[in-house]
Amino acid sequence: MAVSFILNGKSQTVEVSPAMPLLWVLRDTLNLTGTKFGCGIAMCGACTVHINGEATRSCITPISAVAGKKVTTIEGLSTEHSHPVQRAWIEVDVPQCGYCQSGQIMAAAALLAKTPRPSDAEIDEGMSGNLCRCGTYLRIRQAIHEATKLRDGPGVKVFSKPTGRRNPVDEGAKVASNGLAMEITAGGVE
Amino acid sequence: MTIAVPKLDRRDFLKSGAAGAVGLVIGFYLPGSRAVAELAPVAPGASALNAWIRIPSDESVTIVIDKSEMGQGIITSLSMLAAEELECDWKKIRWEFAPADKAYFNTIFGMQGTGGSMSIRASWKPMSQAGASAREMLIAAAAQKWGVDKTACRVENGAVINTVTKARASYGSLADAAAKLPVPADVPLKDPKTYKLVGKATKRLDTPIKTNGRAEFGLDVRRPGMLHAVVARCPVFGGKVASFDASKAKGMPGVKSVIQISTGVAVIADNTWNAMEGRRALDIKWDEGPNGSLTSAGIRKLFAERAEKPGAVARKDGDVPAAMGTADRKIDAVYEAPYQAHVTMEPMNCTADVGAGSCDVWVPTQFQTVNQNTAAKITGLKPEQVHIHTTYLGGGFGRRAEQDFVIEAVESSKAVGAPVQVTFSREDDVQHDMYRPASYCRFSAGLDAEGWPVAWNARIASPSIMTRFFGPGALKNGVDESSVEGVSDIAYAIPNLLVDYQLTEPGIPVGFWRSVGASQNGFFSESFVDEIAAASGKDPYQFRRKLLATAPRHLGVLELAAAKADWGKPLAAGRFRGIAVVKAFDTYVAEVVEISVAREGTVQVHRVVCAVDCGRVINPATVEAQMQGAIVYGLTAALKGGITIDRGRVQQSNFSDYDLWRMNEMPHVEVHIVPSEESPTGCGEPGVPPVAPAVCNAIFAATGKRIRSLPVRAEDLV
Repeated sequence: MAVSFILNGKSQTVEVSPAMPLLWVLRDTLNLTGTKFGCGIAMCGACTVHINGEATRSCITPISAVAGKKVTTIEGLSTEHSHPVQRAWIEVDVPQCGYCQSGQIMAAAALLAKTPRPSDAEIDEGMSGNLCRCGTYLRIRQAIHEATKLRDGPGVKVFSKPTGRRNPVDEGAKVASNGLAMEITAGGVE
Repeated sequence: MTIAVPKLDRRDFLKSGAAGAVGLVIGFYLPGSRAVAELAPVAPGASALNAWIRIPSDESVTIVIDKSEMGQGIITSLSMLAAEELECDWKKIRWEFAPADKAYFNTIFGMQGTGGSMSIRASWKPMSQAGASAREMLIAAAAQKWGVDKTACRVENGAVINTVTKARASYGSLADAAAKLPVPADVPLKDPKTYKLVGKATKRLDTPIKTNGRAEFGLDVRRPGMLHAVVARCPVFGGKVASFDASKAKGMPGVKSVIQISTGVAVIADNTWNAMEGRRALDIKWDEGPNGSLTSAGIRKLFAERAEKPGAVARKDGDVPAAMGTADRKIDAVYEAPYQAHVTMEPMNCTADVGAGSCDVWVPTQFQTVNQNTAAKITGLKPEQVHIHTTYLGGGFGRRAEQDFVIEAVESSKAVGAPVQVTFSREDDVQHDMYRPASYCRFSAGLDAEGWPVAWNARIASPSIMTRFFGPGALKNGVDESSVEGVSDIAYAIPNLLVDYQLTEPGIPVGFWRSVGASQNGFFSESFVDEIAAASGKDPYQFRRKLLATAPRHLGVLELAAAKADWGKPLAAGRFRGIAVVKAFDTYVAEVVEISVAREGTVQVHRVVCAVDCGRVINPATVEAQMQGAIVYGLTAALKGGITIDRGRVQQSNFSDYDLWRMNEMPHVEVHIVPSEESPTGCGEPGVPPVAPAVCNAIFAATGKRIRSLPVRAEDLV
């Protein structure tokens, strides 16, 4: 079955079984290996991508469910690590083995898009679905706080709060490269 | 930087060297290293040099990393050591992973591999020497160029300076000439007091590529024409395929081949998903072998029976029976620890391409030499025809020292004549691990009238990792040291001490697991010491201090952790502390854990204060990260994990029933480093052992209940 969707800002059509999870389409069909396989049952978060801006476990998302939707993977989050979450990850030196970090970064970017200045409790809530066997949690938490500062730093024009009127899923709000929901305009920014 | 899996062998060196692409190639053998004598003959013109440092003409410096990067920051630490002596520009450091070659054998265990927190211990000196020697060759080349004495030259940030004329020649411009000069012997190393880089918190070199999805892990390897395999393995340990019907599986979409291999039945397809779906359609009859009725309760009974009788002596000080006879009183206790799985975030995998005269293996591995020999044996090729390409490891913790995934990939590729990537599902990974051994420890202590221990007996019944790896010859006087470390090497001043060992093999495969024997034995010893302190009415910290008076490095971390944790000062209502100190792999760690116990028995960990003495520190940022990570690893094992067996099968299967510590459970963690000028030691593992006993000692402080079996269960605390 042919499925078409927007992948990292470009239209993409794949001819695969409709039940094939998005994770394996990304990794094996499209050779986009930044999104990781960890458990296959949505318990670890290593496979997290954004679908229409929402953090989603690609390992249990059949490809048929993303038809017509916008998918962002770690490869499409920004160019040259410019997303504040990536900059913060580098600043705080978060990764150890690094395997879970694509999923952690995608989850953190989605969290910041909805909750621009998360408290520790909100970080716990937003990030506890993402496992890290190396135990980088404290640096992840620190980096999420750091990302809010980098994002709000001079020269970055963003909305300080998500556009509350809109439901990002229904209306296709974009997750901007700075991690915040932006006003919706025609065309993609990813 | 490039993230392609590097190819670097002697022939490439020569070729590229001749073409001028590689300027200075320098390597070192350690004095006394077995590698020198065992080096295979090489092509004419190739010396016995092997490289850690290459300086191309573009002014970058490439460090060849011969240890596996599994998160412990070894790329950065080894590069820092070399760059310190080389005096090059840190911003221009690049790195490549070494091929499998005897030149890269670990100087401690004589094979190429990464484990036992040995990388820094084994490599700090050779990497420093490689940097220093390269620097001297560059100086000599500059002196030759300028026609001056070497003493008229100095180095600065990647260049040689003529101190008289102030002329400056970059390393890149000198590299070709330097490479033709003899390698100087015995170049003195810098005085550590003059270090500019080593000892300073330094950011990891591999962070950028681990934040944009570009770091290539084993599962990310993509080769032209590559197929994907999953393997159905007998759910019972020691079982094998009796018969199978592949007709339905072969009809599944994308399935190319179904073959029997030595570990089970491999389903080979055009992508991982189709291979997994194909495997579900397999019909296999298993011969379960002798372990089909094995249970955790049965294993426990076996340990208990074996621990009734004296075992092989691991340590004997004084006369324990005599001292027990005159002791004022005795304390007996039995401690137990379960099997544990590694569950690296990247499930086990390997990619192999077996050709007519060569075999390429791309693998996240901790044991390149054995990978090479394993693939050679399967293919009938010579080891040097097998090229091991080490990728980034999505966690290791000892699991990637094993060969099962290599065997499966090489056998599959050989059978189908195409590159094959074998992927373990998470269920495969949990149920077909080589587990941290379950263990059983019977303690007896004899105390004098004042409550100080005068006799101590620990008898351990446990499977042996070393005999599984290396055969019965790995035992020393009947003892597997990895089964008793953490008990046999306690530093407490107890005049009569006996540790004996009952090797007990229930039939579950066991392997190295972060901190190995100390992971369970540290829990045993440090809990029992606490138990004695409590029975004597003594403060557990002061009790340890007194008994460690002649063990300065234990005492150093113990006192630092206690001071930073405000030991002895009142805590908030409902909070309690526990303390533990363990030496593992020559690194000393003490931890103070602060907890509360809810009415329903759940334990919340609020704070962990860690003090570590790992000798001279290479990168304090890495030491901190490794201690933080080890504490998380230890908390999972103490409060969550535990592999149980029923009908010869592992009962857990995925994170749904073998969960890991999560963000919402994170305590506040502080890491304090003891300043030291002792030789540097490793930090990957030693933070794990004190966690469980410190937690359980805090639980005792909170509830009066002594936890003698892990993991802690809420129902035991109600």
